[in-house]
Amino acid sequence: MLESLRSQRLLALFCAALALFNFPLLALWDRDLTVLGVPLFPAALFALWALLIGTLALILEGRDD
Amino acid sequence: MLPAPLVIGVAFAYLSLLFAVASFGDRRARQGRSVIGNAWVYALSMAVYCSAWTYFGSVGRAASGGVWFLPIYLGPMLAMILAWMLLRKMIRIARAYRITSIADFIASRYGKSSALAGLVTLITVVGLVPYIALQLKGIAAAYALMTQSAGAATGSAAPWWTDSTLYLALALAGFTIVFGARHLDSAERHEGMVAAIAFESLVKLLAFLAVGSFVVWGLFDGLGDLFAQAQAVPELARLLTLGQGKTFAYEQWFALTMLSALSVVFLPRQFQVMVVENVDERHLKRAAWAFPLYLLLINLFVLPIALAGLLHFGAGADAEGFVLTLPLAAGHAGLALLAFVGGLSAATGMVIVEAIAVSTMVCNDLVMPMLLRTRRFRVAQAAAGSDLTGFLLAIRRAAIVAILLLGYLYYRLAGEAYALVGIGLISFAAVAQFAPAMLGGMYWKGGTRAGALAGLGAGFAVWVYTLLLPSFAKSGWLGRELLANGAFGWELLRPEALFGLKRLDYLTHSLFWSLLANAGLYVAVSLWRAPSARETSQALLFVDVFKRTAAAGPVFWRGRAHVADLLPLLGRFLGVQRATALFEDYARRQGVARIEQLQPEPQLVQFVETQLAGAIGSASARVMVASVAEEESLDLDDVMLILEEASQLRAYAHALEEKSRSLERATAELRSANEQLKSLDRLKDDFMSSVTHELRTPLTSIRALAEVMRDDAEMPAEQRQEFLGIVVGETERLSRLVNQVLDMAKIESGHAEWHNSDVDLRMLLTQAVHTTEAMFRERGASLSLQMPQTVPTLRADADRLMQVLLNLLSNAAKFVPAGDGRVELRLDADAAGVTVSVSDNGPGVPVGQRALIFEKFRQGGDALSRPQGTGLGLPISRHIVEHFGGRIWLEPDTAQGACFKVWLPWQASSRDADRSTGDQT
Repeated sequence: MLESLRSQRLLALFCAALALFNFPLLALWDRDLTVLGVPLFPAALFALWALLIGTLALILEGRDD
Repeated sequence: MLPAPLVIGVAFAYLSLLFAVASFGDRRARQGRSVIGNAWVYALSMAVYCSAWTYFGSVGRAASGGVWFLPIYLGPMLAMILAWMLLRKMIRIARAYRITSIADFIASRYGKSSALAGLVTLITVVGLVPYIALQLKGIAAAYALMTQSAGAATGSAAPWWTDSTLYLALALAGFTIVFGARHLDSAERHEGMVAAIAFESLVKLLAFLAVGSFVVWGLFDGLGDLFAQAQAVPELARLLTLGQGKTFAYEQWFALTMLSALSVVFLPRQFQVMVVENVDERHLKRAAWAFPLYLLLINLFVLPIALAGLLHFGAGADAEGFVLTLPLAAGHAGLALLAFVGGLSAATGMVIVEAIAVSTMVCNDLVMPMLLRTRRFRVAQAAAGSDLTGFLLAIRRAAIVAILLLGYLYYRLAGEAYALVGIGLISFAAVAQFAPAMLGGMYWKGGTRAGALAGLGAGFAVWVYTLLLPSFAKSGWLGRELLANGAFGWELLRPEALFGLKRLDYLTHSLFWSLLANAGLYVAVSLWRAPSARETSQALLFVDVFKRTAAAGPVFWRGRAHVADLLPLLGRFLGVQRATALFEDYARRQGVARIEQLQPEPQLVQFVETQLAGAIGSASARVMVASVAEEESLDLDDVMLILEEASQLRAYAHALEEKSRSLERATAELRSANEQLKSLDRLKDDFMSSVTHELRTPLTSIRALAEVMRDDAEMPAEQRQEFLGIVVGETERLSRLVNQVLDMAKIESGHAEWHNSDVDLRMLLTQAVHTTEAMFRERGASLSLQMPQTVPTLRADADRLMQVLLNLLSNAAKFVPAGDGRVELRLDADAAGVTVSVSDNGPGVPVGQRALIFEKFRQGGDALSRPQGTGLGLPISRHIVEHFGGRIWLEPDTAQGACFKVWLPWQASSRDADRSTGDQT
């Protein structure tokens, strides 16, 4: 399962996602701020999500190692 | 509010469109031009995950809990990160062994156990029928919102035969039968259905985005305005924070994320579209990120719509209907209809795929094993030898209708009860029970049938006790005392605080206990006894699926079988025509012309069993094959022996392949060496003929002149003198030629002598100019010399370098126009080496000959105007320069004349020089 670089990257991304979406990193975004009128917490959740999708696409669509 | 006929008309028009899309997909599939063989369509079909529960329910959840609707979609994001490893393995296994449902997957892994298949099917049916009911309720509620004024009673009060939901359920059953169970396919692939589902995913996304954009930019002045207004209301501002005034329930957040991550892989409809309907496993690469992107997009406007609805209708309003009621309240009937169609898409897509997946399970993993167990059925079908495909299809169709009617029944019975509203997550928790047996089965060879049965059974029991029964109790169908006091009045057995565990919410609590019991018993019971031979063989096939292919893998079967038995067996379940085609195909691959010539090897038996498994499930296929073949039972040692034989065979094949590859390489090397030899031989011939030709020309003229002088005794003295001068000149030319040929041969063979010393290049060039001065003066040409003031010494053979210089200078002297020739000799030095250039104002070298002049006997100029020379000067010069690590070349673009350059490095020359000095001793 760990034979290729891609698999290792995916596992690392999974761990990062798990950490980002749980305690205590999630609590960092709970502030009374707004980004372009959108409260920080929901905005941060969607931004992190988009970031993960982008990284996943980069890992999967890149050239085969 | 809209007229009911309009809404019903739109709904049925949409279903007809779906029908058209599906039949288009089927038609294209038959023509071999699949519309679903595309990663984007695959990703869209995965979005069947978003049911009506997403479409309407997310807004409801957001209205009451803020961001708490999100974990249901963050879970799939997590799962999709691992899809490339996890799902690809599932797809590979399912394809290799013709697995068509999650029940079959688990049953097949643990020794093709029909008991396991039945248990998984039971869990699925119990867990998912209410979920189907929820979809029907979603459509009914949406219909009610569209056609009735706010606050009116919902349609469930009307008598059942006037209930449009029933007809919708029947229409969906019809659709599912037409596109999901029209004919029997041993791979259970339904291209038309997948095309329709992908289309539905597109419709629901666009509809939801349209409503969201309308709400944000139509009803409000952009996101900033909407959120600012919401922030002004204290209850709404609370929704936008993490904890909403309380401590944030991280464990629940984590549990929800994990739960949805498991569901997105193990829900039967997801298994159907992601694994069974997968066309090419490489599509996963794109779908694994495109599907989460889809989820992100469809969730983008959930919070804005919820807030807008709460601002518009007030806190008490039915938030699940906001998607419809907001456009309706604004008077946008068209948009509301679009939103309704989107909701319809979400619900129907889920119902169709779930019904297909569950009906396959019910047929293959529940009904068939039971029928095969009854002796009467076995005797009857064996005696009749009849075609059972119609019978199988009838079971599937009946199962589809039954599932949808059961869903409808549950919807009618439950109505507004909690047991229906809360079912989404409860269903998720039911399918999460498959995780230990599935994941363990794919990555751990030690899992056994008993372990899987114990784990699944315990997990399911705990799920029923801690989630399903409490939901019944909350609906008022059971006494509430169960919740308050526990079974038998035991405080410790309270369903939502089992063994006194009170800190968790009901869902996390149930998930914790059920998965703990499930995984714990799975591992513990598996470790209790060593796996049997059949369990081991299946474990090897599943866990190591990437290491060996089904075609080249080991076959764990021994016994005697006859083609005459196997072919009719396959024909009974797949139809005689298809079975014959499959056998012919197999025979072709074995290199046999006719079916009768096939040897009934274990491979053939396995092939038949795999094909059969696609139609009736692996457990039933096992029973059927066993009924026509005389089998030897294998023990664990036999399994290991077969595995070893297979891996040895593989090793031999590998070694053979390696050997043939190295032979090929050696052959190629030999061939190229031979080519090289041949071309060298040709060069030698050329050289010989050139040399003899060059020798003959002066010899001829010497002989001719000598004969003239011998025969003509009275020749005038001055003419004789002149002839003798020519003879001497030609002789000199001959000896020069012979010397150069010898020189060339010496250099080429590496026997030349090199006398290296520290050469002062300035002195060398000056000397060369003095030597050639007379020659230039004779031709009326001028020679100029340009050198830097100081040049370091170069370790080289001064005589050889002089030879190069003289050759270049005499060439230049020969080619410059008589009378006003100009030749420039130039020396440049830099850090790497020195460059000597000789440029003239002669005619230059024609483009076609530039590459040739450094080769032997290739003189510049045409044959007539060619000055005297041997054609060996430049090749010798090149050899000398290259000996010192430098190079000689003709400047490619000079305006007039030719410019030869010699470059010699400081470094390489010294190294070479040392070696050469050693050579001469």
